[in-house]
Amino acid sequence: MTTTEPRTQKMIGASVLRREDRRLLTGAATYLDDLELPGCYEAAFVRSPHAAARIVSIDTSAAAAMPGVLGVWTGADLPEIAKGIPPKVVHPQLRDVPRVPLPADFVKFVGEPVAVVVATSRYVAEDALDLVEVEYDVLPAVSSTGAALAASAPLVHEGAENNIAIHVVQTAGDPAAAMDAAPHRLRERFTVARGGGHSMETRGVAARFDPTTEQLVVWDTTQSPHYVRNTLAYLYDMPEDGIRVVAPPDVGGGFGPKAQFYGEEAVIPWVARLLRNPVKWVEDRRENFVATMMERTQVHDVEIGFDDDGHILAIRNVFEHDQGAYCAGLQVPMITLSTLPGQYRIPNIHTELIACYTNMVPTSSVRGAGRPQAVVAMERMVDRAAEHLGMDPVEFRRRNLVQADEFPYRVGLTFRDGSPLTYDSGNFPLLLEKTLSAFRYEEQRSLQAAARAEGRLVGIGIAAYVEGCGLGPYEGSRYRLLNDGTVLVTLAAAPQGQGYETVYAQIAADALGMDMDLIRVTTGDTSRIPFGQGTFASRNTATAGPATLQAGQEMRGKLLQVAEAMLKTSAASLTIRGNRVEVTDDPTRSVSLRDIAGAANVGKHGITLAPGILPGLETTVYFAPERAAYASGTHAVAVEIDPETGAIDVLRYVIGHDCGNVMNPMLVDGQVLGGFAHGVGNAMYEEPFYDETGQPQSTSYLDYSLPSSMEVPPVELVHIHTPSPLNPLGAKGAGEGGTIPVPAAIANAVEDALRPFGARITSLPITPPKIVDALSTDDLDGTGPWHG
Amino acid sequence: MKPGRFTYHAPRSVDEALAVLGQHAGDAKVLAGGQSLVPLLNFRVAEPGHLVDVNRLPGLSEPVRTATGWHVPALVRQRAVERSAALTGAFPLLGRALHEVAHPQIRNRGTLCGSLAHADAAAELPAVVTALDGRLRIASPRGERTVAAADFFVFHLTTALEDDELLLGVDLDDLPAGTTTSFHEFAGRRGDFALAAVAGQATRDTRGVVTRCRLVAAGVAGTPLRLRAAEDVLLGARLDDSALAAATRAAAREARPTGDVHASAGYRRDLVGTLTRRVLADIAAAVPTEELTHA
Repeated sequence: MTTTEPRTQKMIGASVLRREDRRLLTGAATYLDDLELPGCYEAAFVRSPHAAARIVSIDTSAAAAMPGVLGVWTGADLPEIAKGIPPKVVHPQLRDVPRVPLPADFVKFVGEPVAVVVATSRYVAEDALDLVEVEYDVLPAVSSTGAALAASAPLVHEGAENNIAIHVVQTAGDPAAAMDAAPHRLRERFTVARGGGHSMETRGVAARFDPTTEQLVVWDTTQSPHYVRNTLAYLYDMPEDGIRVVAPPDVGGGFGPKAQFYGEEAVIPWVARLLRNPVKWVEDRRENFVATMMERTQVHDVEIGFDDDGHILAIRNVFEHDQGAYCAGLQVPMITLSTLPGQYRIPNIHTELIACYTNMVPTSSVRGAGRPQAVVAMERMVDRAAEHLGMDPVEFRRRNLVQADEFPYRVGLTFRDGSPLTYDSGNFPLLLEKTLSAFRYEEQRSLQAAARAEGRLVGIGIAAYVEGCGLGPYEGSRYRLLNDGTVLVTLAAAPQGQGYETVYAQIAADALGMDMDLIRVTTGDTSRIPFGQGTFASRNTATAGPATLQAGQEMRGKLLQVAEAMLKTSAASLTIRGNRVEVTDDPTRSVSLRDIAGAANVGKHGITLAPGILPGLETTVYFAPERAAYASGTHAVAVEIDPETGAIDVLRYVIGHDCGNVMNPMLVDGQVLGGFAHGVGNAMYEEPFYDETGQPQSTSYLDYSLPSSMEVPPVELVHIHTPSPLNPLGAKGAGEGGTIPVPAAIANAVEDALRPFGARITSLPITPPKIVDALSTDDLDGTGPWHG
Repeated sequence: MKPGRFTYHAPRSVDEALAVLGQHAGDAKVLAGGQSLVPLLNFRVAEPGHLVDVNRLPGLSEPVRTATGWHVPALVRQRAVERSAALTGAFPLLGRALHEVAHPQIRNRGTLCGSLAHADAAAELPAVVTALDGRLRIASPRGERTVAAADFFVFHLTTALEDDELLLGVDLDDLPAGTTTSFHEFAGRRGDFALAAVAGQATRDTRGVVTRCRLVAAGVAGTPLRLRAAEDVLLGARLDDSALAAATRAAAREARPTGDVHASAGYRRDLVGTLTRRVLADIAAAVPTEELTHA
């Protein structure tokens, strides 16, 4: 094959402005609700007002008779799709009770859909909802892991002995013996509240069935179009090629909940097929609060054993995980299991999961996906241990970090795919020192001492994490030379704001040795590339990225091979310059990419290809990583507490971040900062409250404290780059590192601020009332803390 | 989150508006800025059959100087009040409190009077207008009447307005010479309804003795809550540490908030004490103006 000179301009690693920005900033983006589907009907769902009930009867006659209503269907009316939705990630021990799209007999959480109304507009559909009469036999419900696991708790699913979905123990070393022998042991129980993804665009599905071709087209705000296609093909018993799932190029955020499959996604295309007319459902915010999956609720009972010198000897963590009413997949608690030891060398580990069903909306991943909770358990105990020894918590961490020369590092646990849990790369000590240096740790400690001398409550918190990312099984990238001489790169994964059209064009530009403006990237359409997994788990740069690189290199080889034949040269070196391929030593001899496309792709009917011309210039590569690449990070924060109101003022926040080689530094910074906002919400603001009957108490932004730009403090980023050896780009994930350690870091800082009082706060989010409660036990007698 | 069916009316005069309200009394809601009503419609918490859009009523958009102070008519936007040097100069409480009301985009549409007529117990403006001894001008087919703010707020989302009445505006009297004001609020997030807020003003004589005082809390009762016991502590006293401490204790004692998922009753009561002390500390630290001048 012809060789070329290396291309001088490197697009990988450049902060290229996003191609998506113009349409996003000018309001020209096309979201699902903007799709023009003439004559499209709109749907609304009747949802359960009860957390647990038997459906006695549903009378849809009045609603169906309403002018403008095209049809009303209950679960009993749609037996064809009454199949269980398979969980995404399973385990042999999982007691799975599959969720059906529209349950006919029982409802298990408030917000579960029980009937669908299709009408000429959403207004009419909502009017009709009020006319659907559902009679329920209300049953007792459980709305916390504690209630679910209590003896004689009401059963979420009939026919079981208890509400446990899975109970898994993993160990490394001999944790029981090591804990018994440890000179120091500390134990605490930490609670992390639920939180949602809260994408700005809610979920939505639109579908159109063409009876002539029997082709079903489904537009879906999903993170995983191929997963939706495969699931629909299974549920409908249709060949997958009969279903085309398209994620619109503009999806307003995903964050995990849109990577799951929901009943609505099965119902809408089915009724569009029944009606032979397009049907659209756009989830409204009120539905989003009750029906879109959440994450986070875990209760951790953690014990740490360590010696006089501050070496961690053993960690034991038993945690309860709230699976919600059904198991959408075990990815989150399995991630928590293996994330516990984090950056530390811990010879003896006991990590134990008890996942239970509750009468609340099912849980799945939300940015961070099980890691923030594990980091809370680990990092908060590290601070407690340092406090116990009277040691600086940074020094304690230094003594336990996995060292830079220990990679690949085997943790001693098993990853969720059954392989030994192995960190591929990293440099935790450097990350810590760079973070502390940017944070000006010593100076912050002096300021803290000065503040304490004045009676002010200032605290410093550190938290570190590892993030297994870039997960398999594979992701694909497909190249095609178009007739106009430009290159189309097609990804299976669908973006929700990550800038794929830009980043993958950068990678393709370097792979092809071509200008970026001759490359266009398209995403999220199952008809354009047959296989794919989706956008989740901070995985695509490390999976679709290498696929794009390798496919681009193959494509370059094909382009040059055809050019060589067309130029009738045996020249050792060809160069792609602009839209032409030229002989490097003699640029007067060149051929345009358009001519290459004409010769190789367009051809002439009935005429034999000239020698050396390859037929059909396209190439597809699926990249399958050997295992997860490990990103890492260390956060440092200083806070000041107002002891009277409990307000937390973040004085300084520094994020140290390592996601390996970076494709576009500006977009990585954007990911980290956006993730940080999610972390701030988890740490100090967000909590969807449920009462003991399973009724959600915060179903609008009036009651659910999503932080706004006013609440997210300024933050400084520092990066180190330890390339992953597991993919040719050396890339790791960047989507969640901004989120993961924020709750632990802020909780550590708050507890450090309260240390003069020995006050403890063990539940997240940390809100001002919790701080005041921790500081004063007499707040019910009308004498407040101002007396002190 | 789509509203139920309603008939939309856009009257061009107060009489026309009153006629529509009278005709559909009990089944009509007045739409001004819409920042509270429209979400309630979309949630179908409110499902009125008729919506009376008063935005086209003439002569209700500009504040008017009166013999005793200012009249703020029904269509004056919150943002307009906030940006009016005359109004915020005459009533610094308004400016301070408006910074805590939602966000600028919402204040651009929301009206001062709309917030009063909506009467959310945790809203800032009803407490401020109560502290300013505002008087509300109300029109109905029976004529016009004036209701003192203290009598206007009946309960959370409930006022003295009858079904066929329209709030025309609010009258605010100039503050006496020697008056200083302050406002403190604590909310979960910037722009949220208050977990608790305290609006205060005190008039002091040349010796620094308090001759007149208003302390009104928001978010801790069904209506704006006059902290009368705290006011009584301060009347006739100088704003020294012991007076502040006594007023603080009194304020916390007389607040009887309820708890919810966001904060316990005890926390809110403590907060009333803290905010009262902060309001009084501001007032004590300020030099009272001798004579208030107006643009």
